Amino acid sequence: MNITNSLRDPAVIRALGAQLKNLSLSRKITLMEVCGTHTMALHRGGIPSLLPDTVRLLSGPGCPVCVTPASYIDRAQEIGKNYGVTLTSFGDMLRVPGNTKSLSESRSEGINVETVYSPLAALDMARKHPAIEVVFLAVGFETTVPPIAMTVMNARDQGIDNFSILTAHKLIMPALELLVNDSDVRVDGFILPGHVSLILGSEPYRPIAEKYSRACVITGFETADIIQGIIMLAQQIEISQPSVEIQYCRAVKKDGNPQARGVIDTVFEPADSEWRGFGTIPLSGLNLREEFADFDASKKFPVEVNAETVQTGCRCGDVLRGRIEPAECALFGRNCTPEHPVGPCMVSSEGTCAAHYKYSRTR
Amino acid sequence: MCLAVPMKVIEIKDGGQAIVETGDISMEISIQLLSDVSVGDYVIVHTGFALEKMDPKAAEETLSVLRELAAMDATDMGMDTIED
Repeated sequence: MNITNSLRDPAVIRALGAQLKNLSLSRKITLMEVCGTHTMALHRGGIPSLLPDTVRLLSGPGCPVCVTPASYIDRAQEIGKNYGVTLTSFGDMLRVPGNTKSLSESRSEGINVETVYSPLAALDMARKHPAIEVVFLAVGFETTVPPIAMTVMNARDQGIDNFSILTAHKLIMPALELLVNDSDVRVDGFILPGHVSLILGSEPYRPIAEKYSRACVITGFETADIIQGIIMLAQQIEISQPSVEIQYCRAVKKDGNPQARGVIDTVFEPADSEWRGFGTIPLSGLNLREEFADFDASKKFPVEVNAETVQTGCRCGDVLRGRIEPAECALFGRNCTPEHPVGPCMVSSEGTCAAHYKYSRTR
Repeated sequence: MCLAVPMKVIEIKDGGQAIVETGDISMEISIQLLSDVSVGDYVIVHTGFALEKMDPKAAEETLSVLRELAAMDATDMGMDTIED
């Protein structure tokens, strides 16, 4: 698509990069990119090297793979082992460590784990193999929830009863509110997630700007988008007028996608949820509603799982809260590398530690 | 995980499905989360579903703002329209 080509024109990126580098600010500011897809995109675009000394960039908690607790991986493995189901998952989840091993490693014990790119592919598998129980590992923020909710509705409408999901969905607003109330980390502005906002629109973020006085810009994922987003945030902070602006206006509407939100509300209800590194955050996750209990793998295939997390020395939790940079963790680049990850932030290609390892070390 | 890609709708099928393409890649996706999708629209595709339609006018505006920001003129920017 030619808008993407235009946005990727090297001459444009160079000129925008120079604007960013020359940004003149009256004080040092700290910005946070909330979304893991932004973390990866901005490192790939070389943005950290273009930042003026006055702008510090932190990564936030918006990498679903990173915040999924080890006990969730353990539960999936126990279901696979005890009930002989076929586990289906997005590829990025496979190497995430549980308390003893990852899903990928558990294949060697005979647990059946298949990678799918869409929940519909998992539903298709169930349709074609009625004798097999297919369990889809439902992780992700508001971007990914509507596709999964729609898939569950399709399963019900089509009478496919050998399909179920194990939910670990997360909602972005409760985590943002926790961050703005964290006295250890002062974030002046948020690069808000472009694709979560396709669904949510801009209204839910208003309290972050109006009540907590933080700058907010919903930003796209091209390097040019992110540079513009950072400049818009810096301008809001400089004139002390925090608001919610939409840089990614070619895709994000103020009201988001109400139809998709309706699908979420039909299938799921808010519930307390455990985040790796944060602990349990009230009403920060989603559970299937009672009407859809037949599709709830945790009810269909009950297992006992130890809620305790094994201590490894991994500081992903502090990284996800913006309290430390990856290099401040004693394991980073030594015991913990993308080849041998200890913590989830090193596993996911969108994890902060993986992005720092891949890109920062070469500078 | 929130990776999503703009793709052009080339065919609407029964059952809330559509064929979309970008470059040499075409695939079948679900359009059940959107109403009023037509052939020729650009949609943002994530995990096999269209989540939103792209707004060509807003896209042009973003390009124009970026052009201004970069202090470059339209020819340097390689401005193309979203339609082709």
